[in-house]
Amino acid sequence: MVIFRRRADELGDKLNAKLEQELDMETLLAQEGEEKLFSFAEFSSEASEKGGYSNYSYWRSTVRAFLRNKTAMFFLFLMAATLIFSLIQPFLPGQKDALLIHNGEYGLPLNNIPPGKEFWFGTNAIGQDLWARIWAGTRTSLFIGFTVAFVEAVVGILVGVLWGYVRKLDFLFTELYNVLDNIPQTLLLILLSYIMRPGVSTIIFAMSLTGWLGMARFIRNQIIIIRDRDYNLASRCLGVPTGRIIFRNLLPYLVSVITLRMALAIPGAIGGEVFVTYIGIGLPVSIPSLGNLLQTGRSVMQMASLRYQMFFPAILLAVITVSFYIIGNSFADAADPKSHVN
Amino acid sequence: MAKYILKRVLRAFITLFFIITILFILLQHMPIEGYFENFDKVSPAEIQVKLTSLGLTDPLPKQLARFYKDLFHGDLGTSNIYRMGVDNLTIIAEKVPVSMRIGLISLALSLLMGFALGIWMAYSTRTTFKIGERLGTLLIVIVQAIPSAVYYILIQFMGSQYLKMPMLFKEDNPISYILPIFSLSIGSAAYYAMWLRRYMVDEANRDYVKLARAKGVADSTISRRHVFRNAVIPMVQYIPGSILGTLVGSLYVESLYSIPGMGGLLVTAIKRHDNTLIRALVVIFAVISILGLLFGDILMAIVDPRISLVKKEGSR
Repeated sequence: MVIFRRRADELGDKLNAKLEQELDMETLLAQEGEEKLFSFAEFSSEASEKGGYSNYSYWRSTVRAFLRNKTAMFFLFLMAATLIFSLIQPFLPGQKDALLIHNGEYGLPLNNIPPGKEFWFGTNAIGQDLWARIWAGTRTSLFIGFTVAFVEAVVGILVGVLWGYVRKLDFLFTELYNVLDNIPQTLLLILLSYIMRPGVSTIIFAMSLTGWLGMARFIRNQIIIIRDRDYNLASRCLGVPTGRIIFRNLLPYLVSVITLRMALAIPGAIGGEVFVTYIGIGLPVSIPSLGNLLQTGRSVMQMASLRYQMFFPAILLAVITVSFYIIGNSFADAADPKSHVN
Repeated sequence: MAKYILKRVLRAFITLFFIITILFILLQHMPIEGYFENFDKVSPAEIQVKLTSLGLTDPLPKQLARFYKDLFHGDLGTSNIYRMGVDNLTIIAEKVPVSMRIGLISLALSLLMGFALGIWMAYSTRTTFKIGERLGTLLIVIVQAIPSAVYYILIQFMGSQYLKMPMLFKEDNPISYILPIFSLSIGSAAYYAMWLRRYMVDEANRDYVKLARAKGVADSTISRRHVFRNAVIPMVQYIPGSILGTLVGSLYVESLYSIPGMGGLLVTAIKRHDNTLIRALVVIFAVISILGLLFGDILMAIVDPRISLVKKEGSR
């Protein structure tokens, strides 16, 4: 999780560097253009018709830049397929219930059956269908991931904007940040999972509690930098309401990093769930998740014939997290207007 | 400089006070089973007596005051399940050396691997095929994208299955050290490599480096004397934290290989609901992580004097 944050910080730094570079460019242009600006131009009727209109559209260019990236498209398709399939899987014909214990002819549970025709991914130690459990687990894990990312974005943006824009709140939020940011995240996650009852909401709460800090700080720093830019001063002089300045002038600037952070928060949250479940204070077995499937699989890893119980969840988990990572990074690159020019 | 350090230390203590208080209040809500050796066999009256004798029925400020008083006397309570009646500090003192040994070796290894890879990557950005850059990026993507929980398990599985290494840790068997140390170092090595590469590439485009090149200084000298040295500065900040972090070890790797260290101890304590031991460990973990940040900042200020002179508000 720390690495994810560093990656986002790195992007923030890059953005800062670009802002500075931009300033340099402006002064450079002003100097160079002097000769051109103050020399006579020949009259041409064509040039006099030329307007300042450009058919540039931010989102169209973003989508086009994203579509051009083949790797990202591949992972996007993979991700979309996984997501849609995990949602429609229970409604497909011939699917088994994830919690149902299958019994054989003599009432004995059909446990540890290797993958085959009846049980596509085999069964686990008490005779539950692993195929159904894996898709149920994917749903749980993705739900956790998306919720945590959503909370992180909403709270992070809200606090970040207030923190950066309202000068009076700066001291309060800075001190709050310094205290909260110093609490080791893993420790808090463990502690909350231990204190509260194990469940999906506990895990979401524990991870959302401090997840927004990084986002808030990043947005605050960016807003302080661009708050008093000329175009924002102009808007303010023209009497544009603060909310509109924030939503139309400031936040679009940060789209790339916000989406990147959200995309990285999802695998981060899924990984956190796996970790907490491993310690034994995560989700109970009755709520299938990729975390507890992997944990059950790990406990039977010793026996070569039962290894399928570990591989299937591990592969799915890796596919999901790698997809999000790559999609997030590619989208962040595509959403950066500077990549639209060429 | 002295003023900056003094300010930073004071600040660390205030933060520490807040954090320990927050954690203490959270810890109040631990399930009460965790104060008894066998909760099911105890009658409600006995539970009440025990809770009162532990002082858990007192109002919160009183408990907090007593907790801080004990803390200043170096008393972190006694364990009541993990090892009944043994002082928590005694238990912890036995675990620290194990965690530290593994941690220091893997820290050294990860610095070595990370720096080598980072330098190679930075160097290969200027070659035609950029092999180092590509390989390094692949490793970084894998390590960042796949949760550590997954690749630790895979390392353990591959190592024990195909390389016939012991799956669990044994103190007197050096071969059993390899897998946990490798697991611990690969993640941070990728992370060091990523940052070193970036700082080196940034630094290589600075004007003073261009000047040196224009003056005809050899490339190797530039890399060694100018680029590398300046690129390492921002990374120095994390070194004290990493060294202190070896005291507490890694929760996950230690319990995966059943290493009898600090991280594994917290997991065991939680699994067995030993509340007093959990509290002692949580306090120690918090103290260590804050001291790590503090020493990191101080070291930074020593290495790079610009920091204590211009301190930007709120942006550390």
